[in-house]
Amino acid sequence: MCTVEKIIDETPTVRTLIFSDQVLSKVLPGQFAMVWIPGVNELPMSVMVTQENGKAAFTVRKRGESSTGMYNLSVGDYIGVRGPYGNCFDIKDGKLLLVGGGTGLVPLLRLITFCKPSHEITLLIGSQTKEEVFFEDLANKLLENNKHQVIVVTEDGTYGKKGFVTDVLEELLEQNSFDAVYTCGPELMMYKTVNLARSNQIFVQASLERMMKCGVGICGSCCINEDLVCRDGTVFDGDHLMQNAEFGHQHRAKSGILEKI
Amino acid sequence: MATSLSTSIGTLTLERPTILASGILGISLNIFERLYRAGAGAVVTKSLSKEPWDGYANPTIFSVKGGGWLNAVGLSNPGAPNFAKMITSNKDVPIIVSLVGSVEDDFDFMVKQFENCKVSAYELNLSCPHVAKVGLEVGDDVELVKKIVKKVKSLTDVPVIAKVGLGTTNYLDTVSAACDAGADGITAINTIRAMAIDVETRKPILSNKIGGLSGTPIKPIAVRCVYEISSKFDVPIIGCGGISTWQDAVEFILAGACAVQFGSVLGEHWTEVFAEINSGIQNYMEQKGYSSIGEMVGQSKGS
Repeated sequence: MCTVEKIIDETPTVRTLIFSDQVLSKVLPGQFAMVWIPGVNELPMSVMVTQENGKAAFTVRKRGESSTGMYNLSVGDYIGVRGPYGNCFDIKDGKLLLVGGGTGLVPLLRLITFCKPSHEITLLIGSQTKEEVFFEDLANKLLENNKHQVIVVTEDGTYGKKGFVTDVLEELLEQNSFDAVYTCGPELMMYKTVNLARSNQIFVQASLERMMKCGVGICGSCCINEDLVCRDGTVFDGDHLMQNAEFGHQHRAKSGILEKI
Repeated sequence: MATSLSTSIGTLTLERPTILASGILGISLNIFERLYRAGAGAVVTKSLSKEPWDGYANPTIFSVKGGGWLNAVGLSNPGAPNFAKMITSNKDVPIIVSLVGSVEDDFDFMVKQFENCKVSAYELNLSCPHVAKVGLEVGDDVELVKKIVKKVKSLTDVPVIAKVGLGTTNYLDTVSAACDAGADGITAINTIRAMAIDVETRKPILSNKIGGLSGTPIKPIAVRCVYEISSKFDVPIIGCGGISTWQDAVEFILAGACAVQFGSVLGEHWTEVFAEINSGIQNYMEQKGYSSIGEMVGQSKGS
C-alpha cells in the first residue's frame, strides 16, 4: 500500500495525488496502474509525472462514484497500486504533435519527459471552459529546453482559441508538417485526430481507455474487437485502430454488452 | 509414427488438447478467433446466465504469491441471448458454451438461444465459488445436478460437460450424479474459495470479500481430483487448475485427463502460451514414443 503524500487541486473538478513509488515514477508513457481505493473501487489510471525523484502521481477528475471516491482522498490515506501494465508510445524523431483532452493529458506529459532536446513539440490542450484548463504551465516548464508551443482550446472560447481541439488540429495539419501525432482523451476526439493524421499521411498513435477489471489480460473486460486495451495497448497505431470497427463507435458495459460511445 | 495432438471428449474431437478455461477473455468472437489461431484447441465462453450480469465492483482480481490469482468477478456476462447473437457468425472456432443457472428452466431457456449457433459442447458451471444460488450451491445439490444435466442432455446433441469444484458436498458425489444423468464429460476443477486481507487497512481486498483461487497454487489439488475421478468413473475428463507449462498439461493427462483447460497463466504469458504448451506436449510425446493423446491418458496409474 502507498500513502497519499500531497494533493494538488488542478481545477474545481481535477486533482493530482502524489505518492512515493520508485517503479511507477519511471513508467513509460502510455502505461497504467490499477489503483485500489479501499472501500470504494479499483480503477485503471495513467501514471502522472512529478517534479520529484521516486514519486509518482495520479490525476483524477471526479465524475462517477469511483473517481469521486479517489478525488476525495486525503493526505495520509492508503491506496493500493499494482502495475505498471500495458505498452507505450513509440516516440519518433522530429516534429511531434500531441493532442490531449482532460486527464488524457497525463500520458502525453509523460511522453514529453522522454523527448530529446532535438524534438520540436506542439501540444494541443482541449477543455470545455477556462476554469477546467490544467497542465498548461507544467507543460511549458517541461518543454523549456525544446522548441515548442502549447495551444489551449476551449469549447466556449473563455480561454485560448475557441472551438474543438480537433478544429485547431485540422488547421495545424494544413499549415505545418509533423513527423508524428500522439493523442489521448475522449474517444471521439481521438477518433477524429487519428483520421485527420492519417489523411495527412502522418504516423499517429492513440492511448485508449476501456472498463477494466484485471488489467493483465485475463478477464477480457477491456476488449475492443480482438485487442485487449490492458495487454495489447493502451497505445495502438492509427492504422491498426482504423481497421477496428469498435474504435470511436462502441465500448463494452460491465456485463460485456457493446454500447454506443 | 507421427504424433497427433488430436483428442476426444465424447463425440467432440479437438485438433489440440489445450482449451481456454471459462471466465478468461471469453467475451467476443474476435478474441475466440485470435486464441484459436494462437493454438487453442477450443475456447470456453464466460459462464452465461439468462440475463446480463454486471458482476461485482473492483477489486475483482488480485494476484497472490506463487503464481496464484484470487478473483470474484461475479460472473459478469452479457446474458445468453446477447451472447448467442454475437456468435451466430462463428464458422471454424470450437466454442464450448458455459452456462450458469439455478434451476432446470434457466438452462432450458439458455440452450434454446443457441439453436442457430455453431456450438461444439456445453459446459455446465456447477462450481463457481463466489456467486449465491448458482455454481457451487448447485453443484452441492446432487439431485439438482441430475435434473439440470438431464434437461440439457434432452435439449442438445452436442456433448454436455459438467464442471465440478470443491464445495461442501463430496465432489465425487457431484461427479457421480452428473454421470448418472448422462454427462459426456467432467471438467475438474474450478477455483477454490479463498480470500486475502490487506493488513494496513485491515480490509478484505476483493469487493466481494471471498473469491476463488486459481493458478499454480491449486494445481496439485486439481491433479489429485482428476486422478480420483478417473479412478472411479469411466468418463472423459478435462483437467483444469493451475496449468502454466507443458509439463503441467502432461501431468494432468497422465493423471487421467484427455484435455486440459487453463487461463490464469495468460496473465503472465499471454496468448503465446497455447503454442508453447502444444509444442511441449508434442515433443514429450515424440520422446516417450506416444502417437496419440489417448495413449497417455491415465498412464501414471501403471498396470
